[in-house]
Amino acid sequence: MFDGYTSSELMSIFAMQGFAGLSLFSVFVLMAMGLAIIFGQMGVINMAHGEFMILGAYTTYLTSGFFQSYLPGLFGGYFFFAIILAFLICAVLGALVEWLMIRHLYHRPLDTLLATWGLSLIMQQAYRSIFGAREVGVDLPEWMMGAFQVTDLVELPINGLFVMIIALSIAVAVYLLMYRSGWGKNVRAVVQNRSMAEAVGINSAGIDRATFALGCGIAGIAGAAFTMIGSTGPSSGQAYIVDTFLVVVFGGAQSLIGTIISAFGISQAQSTMEFFLSGSMAKVLTLLVVVGILMLRPEGLMALKVRR
Amino acid sequence: MGTTDTNASVRSPGKRLGFRKSLMTLAASVMLATSAQAATPSTADVNTTDLAVTDDTVTVGILHSITGTMAISEIGSVQAEKLAIEQINESGGVLGRQIEFVQEDGASDWPTFAEKSRKLLRQDNVAAIFGAWTSASRKAILPVIEQYNGMLYYPTFYEGLEQSPNVVYTGQEATQQILAGIDWAVKEKGAKSFYLLGSDYIWPRTSNKIARKHIDKLGLKVVGEEYYPLGHTQFNSVINKIKLKKPDVIFASVVGGSNVAFYKQMKAAGVDFTDEKPLLLTISVTEDEIRGIGGDNVEGIYASMKYFQSLDNPNNNEFVAAFKETYGDDMVIGDVTQAAYLGPWLWKAAVEKAGSFDIDKIREEFAGIEFTKAPEGYVRIHENHHLWSKTRIGQAQVDGQYKVVHETEELMEPDPFPEGYQ
Repeated sequence: MFDGYTSSELMSIFAMQGFAGLSLFSVFVLMAMGLAIIFGQMGVINMAHGEFMILGAYTTYLTSGFFQSYLPGLFGGYFFFAIILAFLICAVLGALVEWLMIRHLYHRPLDTLLATWGLSLIMQQAYRSIFGAREVGVDLPEWMMGAFQVTDLVELPINGLFVMIIALSIAVAVYLLMYRSGWGKNVRAVVQNRSMAEAVGINSAGIDRATFALGCGIAGIAGAAFTMIGSTGPSSGQAYIVDTFLVVVFGGAQSLIGTIISAFGISQAQSTMEFFLSGSMAKVLTLLVVVGILMLRPEGLMALKVRR
Repeated sequence: MGTTDTNASVRSPGKRLGFRKSLMTLAASVMLATSAQAATPSTADVNTTDLAVTDDTVTVGILHSITGTMAISEIGSVQAEKLAIEQINESGGVLGRQIEFVQEDGASDWPTFAEKSRKLLRQDNVAAIFGAWTSASRKAILPVIEQYNGMLYYPTFYEGLEQSPNVVYTGQEATQQILAGIDWAVKEKGAKSFYLLGSDYIWPRTSNKIARKHIDKLGLKVVGEEYYPLGHTQFNSVINKIKLKKPDVIFASVVGGSNVAFYKQMKAAGVDFTDEKPLLLTISVTEDEIRGIGGDNVEGIYASMKYFQSLDNPNNNEFVAAFKETYGDDMVIGDVTQAAYLGPWLWKAAVEKAGSFDIDKIREEFAGIEFTKAPEGYVRIHENHHLWSKTRIGQAQVDGQYKVVHETEELMEPDPFPEGYQ
């Protein structure tokens, strides 16, 4: 497979493949971070997570169109605006969904599964009715397209770099929020022992709502980032939801670090195997390994020891 | 009182049916006698198999995905079939009857296609089904339509290796599309090495098998063959592999939403198809798909089809104008959409030649039926239920349209079971 290439060509191929792996890693991190907060910290199974991501993507599409029509001079920077808008819109919708539906179902995980599955179907049909069943193309500004020429042979796609930067920023922001802020302390208190947390005056209902909204907001940012690399259509969310749950469960539902580690593991395994085998086989083998490990260690890679 | 009532109601079902039957025969003969329209053949003459035919109407079925990952591709077919039906109705209908249709959603789920086709044939008794898109959906419908003796008009280009008495294939099969495309790449572009890339289901796999055999026959090389699940969105690894292997031609049969991700990521990786290094030849990207992918992501790729919206002939100019008038100015028309448009017209021609809606009767008339008003120019039905048609190669432009760069001089004969390719 590798004969006929100079060593510098091989080095550049490996560099690009390593980058592809890191790119996939950032995609997984972005997808899984929002769900890890909701599923991991709150125990709520949100089957509509993919649709929240697509809501972020559609927001980006609308922002792009708006800037093209009314503010063409600022089009180059519309993406940052779109990310913020995607976060806000998805967070608001998330808070609304939590208030209307989720808060009644906290001790009934199977019912939240069903209810959020129904929500995902409703959202998909809403997109179909509003935006049409076909996928929409999101225009990117010139500076975001194409590749960054590092050396003669190594080319790194710019939007891949962008996704990585966004993923890194989100991961750091979530870490700071959860582990270094007062609000984060309240969230962890509610997760570990709700009644005691309420006894010391923490508004657990408000915390729940804000946490759900945060998770959905992050999903929105992920969706905005994905308009650069994938399609935006009513059922595009379905392509992401399975991998997202896989990453979160494999990492240990309650641990954000575990999510990151599992995202890294799965993405590297998949992208390396894709390089040496065919795409479908790589997916099959990755899933087999994940299933095997989960059978031996059902709580996932990093299980938090929590006093029950 | 109770017993007499029950006795009265328990009349033998046979007798009651017999009474109803004779009443209907009486009504039918009255209708026959008073039918003044000599031009409209009577229902009893044209429909002896209990299809949904009345004196004024005939019912057909439309079965495509309008939800799910295939919706992006199949909606055009639905629009084309409805347009054809509307135009046929305006010109007097079929055997003097207006066409009504029942539309069902296959939802990009193959078992649903089987279930809905059964419903259309058993409950709605449709005279024809215009439907399916992926080979998987057609394979799901096949046993149902053969069991209940319906007729499916199938619009998509596909891998061949099939010839059902209950299907009319209005799209190209593999030899017409794939072999012609590869021959063009070899002859006109001097291609020597190929990388085969497709979605993971029957059509790309069989297409690549046929392509590989042909490439081997020509003494050229296949340097890679990959499949990704439908809906897959991360193509960075295969893009790196393609950069490593440096093929002359990427032969792409990626389908559905994955197309968008693939071409966007190719572009982001710095691949410029207008350089033609590598050249990308696809059999699965029509004007419909480009709408979702974006013209600047596919600029420079080549596609092997029998129809492009940019074809310049009087039939097509009329067709495109009518399509845009009905559905909007920014509509695009792909190869499958045009093939779907042919379906109702070919059915009408067969019915009028046979003078009947009965499936067995119209089947006898298929071979040799021509359609000279086809937007692609001219087609003729072959005995193997496929169409004689020309093959064209087009290059994708930034505005989402294809520029035709090559056209076969003669109509290509359909050969779903080519020797040496199975």
